[in-house]
Amino acid sequence: MEKTHGILSDRAKRMCLKIIFTVIVGALAVSMITPFLWMISASMKLPLDVMKLPIEWIPKYFYPDNYKKVWNIGGIAARNYHFGLAYWNSIKVAVINLTGSVLTSTLAGYAFAKIKFRGRNILFLFYLATMMIPSQITLIPKFVMFNKMGLTGTHMTLILPGLITITGTFLMRQYFMQIPDELRESARVDGANEFLIWAKIMVPIAKPNMASLAMVVFLWNWNSYLEPLVFLSDWRLYTIPIALTNFIEESVTEYNLVMAAAASALIPAFVVFLLGQKFLVKGLVAGAVKG
Amino acid sequence: MKKFKLSKQAKIDLTGYAFILPNIIGVCLFTLIPMIFSLIISFTDWDYTQGIGNWNFVGIKNFIEMWQDEWFTSSLINTIVFAVGVVPVTVFLALILAVVIDKYCFAKLPIRLALFMPYISNVVAVAIVWVMMYSPWGPFTQLVKALGVENPPQWLGSTTWALPALMLMTVWSGVGYANMIYTSALQGLPGDVYEAADIDGANEITKFFKLTVPFLSPTTFFLIITTFITSFQIFAPIQIMTRGGPGTSTNVLVYYIYTSAFTFYRMGYASAMSWILFIILFGITMFQWYGQKKWVSY
Repeated sequence: MEKTHGILSDRAKRMCLKIIFTVIVGALAVSMITPFLWMISASMKLPLDVMKLPIEWIPKYFYPDNYKKVWNIGGIAARNYHFGLAYWNSIKVAVINLTGSVLTSTLAGYAFAKIKFRGRNILFLFYLATMMIPSQITLIPKFVMFNKMGLTGTHMTLILPGLITITGTFLMRQYFMQIPDELRESARVDGANEFLIWAKIMVPIAKPNMASLAMVVFLWNWNSYLEPLVFLSDWRLYTIPIALTNFIEESVTEYNLVMAAAASALIPAFVVFLLGQKFLVKGLVAGAVKG
Repeated sequence: MKKFKLSKQAKIDLTGYAFILPNIIGVCLFTLIPMIFSLIISFTDWDYTQGIGNWNFVGIKNFIEMWQDEWFTSSLINTIVFAVGVVPVTVFLALILAVVIDKYCFAKLPIRLALFMPYISNVVAVAIVWVMMYSPWGPFTQLVKALGVENPPQWLGSTTWALPALMLMTVWSGVGYANMIYTSALQGLPGDVYEAADIDGANEITKFFKLTVPFLSPTTFFLIITTFITSFQIFAPIQIMTRGGPGTSTNVLVYYIYTSAFTFYRMGYASAMSWILFIILFGITMFQWYGQKKWVSY
């Protein structure tokens, strides 16, 4: 097909092709974010304007008070939805879990890669095997266990299992595998013990990978739904996804408020993503290479 | 008294175990022990309201009965339909997009970011936005109307359209991730092979099918398997958007396991079903393990 356009030079043809494809793919990309655009638009509207047809993409009357209502700023809401509290809960759980799991993954990943203890390969195989267990299998036993331990309805139900991640350990092991042994040997000659080598040499060079892992873990936690749904019962402890579900059930018809709440829930993930897009993508891609 | 001395290997062992200790404890407590417990109660008739320990072993009754349970069989069929629909569309679309964006587009980064946004978004927020998208005054319904359909269905309220509507949303939210994985795999393609093809006068379409697709086949294989596994575990959108309805039209496996366990407290039965889920996912993973050698060409 391209050969028939003899008049145009190859470069010009390529340019035309590029422009056409950019327009097509760009249109698709815009349609991908349309739900978000509509959400933001609806979150700024008066309740009745949300359903008005044809759709007003840019609201005629801006009504940012919806956000104030959701967040109960200035006491203008009919009732307090405690969105701020849910935000705090989500951030608390996510930050504790990412700190804990990055630490435990870096420790174990290093040991699995570099320390030649007996039974290492068997243990690692067993470790990989547990990766295949879907969380639905362990959900009921965990629910029963937490009940027995009196932990149901506390954040411990989300934090204790969240302090380790098998995927994270795997990622860190893969990373440390490619670090040359010489680095470790020379430190050993200087008399450093294994923990010092880990803390002073390995952690500093693994920092970018730890950052990637941290971002992935943050997102997992921020978006986690099934576990908090089952384990949390007190509204004071709700994380964002559960608080949002609850909010939707309570204010079904106030679409503008629902959209303002949804938009509020999306912001931290977008901020994390835009700030550390490279790290996050690296973490997700590394997770994919595991096979 | 003579000081007890560890051998060199024993010291190494101890250090190693100390490093992995937190992980091992975690895996034992929250995966291994629960797994064994789950297996045990899957052979009982345990009802949670009867209290822990108040159960009878019923052998494989749960595993036999479920095939007579229409809710279970319909949920299994719905899940399979859902996954079989979502996976090829997501992976194929992502492949085309990745290649086109990589080769023929300006503004690569903003486009990729836009595609990726749904993937990182909170599933509850996304689900509620899509409920609005599918409502009679929502943008999706309006778009369908603009395309000439006079009476578009109530997407989520229709037994025919609810599952496809959920599938569309899932493709939307998953395509960015697959696209990202493909994009990173594309960076590893050998440039010299393409140059050789250029010299031979191969056109773009030929190069795509004869070079790019085979080179990317390990990635495709990986994405098919992982997308299949995540599609098979779909839960949150169902719970928020349709609650398995209308009728049983969007009742999927994990949703049925969830309601059996935490609405009807049939813990034994729900555990048995979760093991069926495991067997299916395990089978798929094994298929990946062995199939990769056979199918993947490069």
